[in-house]
Amino acid sequence: MSAFVELDKVSLAYRGASGEVLALRDTSLKVAKGEFAAVVGPSGCGKSTLMKLVTGLVAPTAGTVGVAGARVTGPVKLAGMAFQNPSLLPWRSVIDNVLLPLEIVEPHRGRFRAERKRYAAAAGALLGTVGLDGFGHRFPWELSGGMQQRVSLCRALIHEPALLMLDEPFAALDAFTREELWCVLRDLWQKIGFTVILVTHDLREAAFLADTIHVMSARPGRIVATRRVDLARPRDLSVCFEPAFVDIVHDLRGRIAEVRQG
Amino acid sequence: MTSTLERLSPWLFTIGLFVAWELVCRLAKVDPFIMPAPSQVFLAVGQYWRPLLRHSGVTLWTTMAGFALAVAFGVALGLVVGWSRAIYRGIYPVMIGFNSIPKVAVVPILVVWFGIGEIPAILTAFLISFFPIVVNVATGLATMEPELEDVLRALGARKMDIMLKVGIPRAQPYLFGSLKVAITLAFVGAVVSETIAANAGLGFLMVQAGSNFQMPLVFAGLLGLAVEGIAMYAVFAAIERRMTRWAFRSSMSAGT
Repeated sequence: MSAFVELDKVSLAYRGASGEVLALRDTSLKVAKGEFAAVVGPSGCGKSTLMKLVTGLVAPTAGTVGVAGARVTGPVKLAGMAFQNPSLLPWRSVIDNVLLPLEIVEPHRGRFRAERKRYAAAAGALLGTVGLDGFGHRFPWELSGGMQQRVSLCRALIHEPALLMLDEPFAALDAFTREELWCVLRDLWQKIGFTVILVTHDLREAAFLADTIHVMSARPGRIVATRRVDLARPRDLSVCFEPAFVDIVHDLRGRIAEVRQG
Repeated sequence: MTSTLERLSPWLFTIGLFVAWELVCRLAKVDPFIMPAPSQVFLAVGQYWRPLLRHSGVTLWTTMAGFALAVAFGVALGLVVGWSRAIYRGIYPVMIGFNSIPKVAVVPILVVWFGIGEIPAILTAFLISFFPIVVNVATGLATMEPELEDVLRALGARKMDIMLKVGIPRAQPYLFGSLKVAITLAFVGAVVSETIAANAGLGFLMVQAGSNFQMPLVFAGLLGLAVEGIAMYAVFAAIERRMTRWAFRSSMSAGT
């Protein structure tokens, strides 16, 4: 069986201020179609580099990256991305922010003008599913941080990407808002069924959301352990207090402590 | 209460300045040839309002013409410079060097090329005012959030898409902010050129009045310059507020 996202012995070096920096070394990773994968690791381990490799924004120095059965040589065009910073455009209303990818990506780009109404309705519906019904005509700066991050998620999903790449999307939020958004993401994923790669340093977040958790070592980063999460779905927030869940988090914490030392 | 006071305070302050000036002149018995009192200056304004108005009109026109050139050229060059880091790095030293040249030094060259008149004034206004526009537009483009660029590039956006959808709207507050600086600079450029080589304009009027020892008229010319400068600044500050309301609002709630 071939994986939807596959990194095969990927290394990436780039020229930093103090000479050559090896960000990733011999990293191999497989994510199946529709799988929710999380990547955890100590800070500065090249998790964000991983995101750029998979989306084709940077090319590996060695090894191959494949997405949807094809080798990645340039931007993959079927990915949605969201980051810790919602990075919405302050001059656009919420709905126009969500619609932005459709103005760029084919085939929507060509028919955007003609079918704007239909697209706006779809964006409105998507905003509804993340609990932002009726906020379409507000501006980003009128929303709280958590709401902005919901908009950012909608923007990443509006063009129905097969792959969603998340780089610590909830790291800047307070604990309650963060858990709320875990559920938002869980529901979206269960409803739409895209493939997710979530980069995070929050082990509970990884354990709650993911099917598979990959642990990365300190720089130069590589995957040192992969662990499946077999908690039943749909998961409720109360799962976080079950012994099985706590065991997983403990186990991950131990592994990360190991790679931090070593 | 405070808002009324705040609204009135610029007027009160200006009137206060004139009153203080008048008092100093009268109490110290300053020779009106050295420093005329405001009352004498206003008298001169009343007496010479026709030539003042005509020369102000010329200065206004040369300033606006030079400024219009600066906006067109400055925006175009700013977009080019902001487009890529290589161009930015290549062109920047040249621009800094160019901007460091006092534009007074360029006026004689312009006179040799174009003769005495309005064209050197227009070109001086242009040369002195395009730099802040270029720098601001280029900065607006260059400070784009890298994440946002990644989001769009991962969708297959071309450089042109990113510029049109993000870069140019983002550079707008920078552009409109620079316009109110540029317009006052253009004004300075036009007047500098007029004092050196012109046969019309407020700068020319002041030089003429000075050589005729009509100090109240010289100061009336200064007054005219100040009024025109404030008016132009106010117009572009108002345009800035109108065009980029989102930037003012979003920075106010930047705490979220």
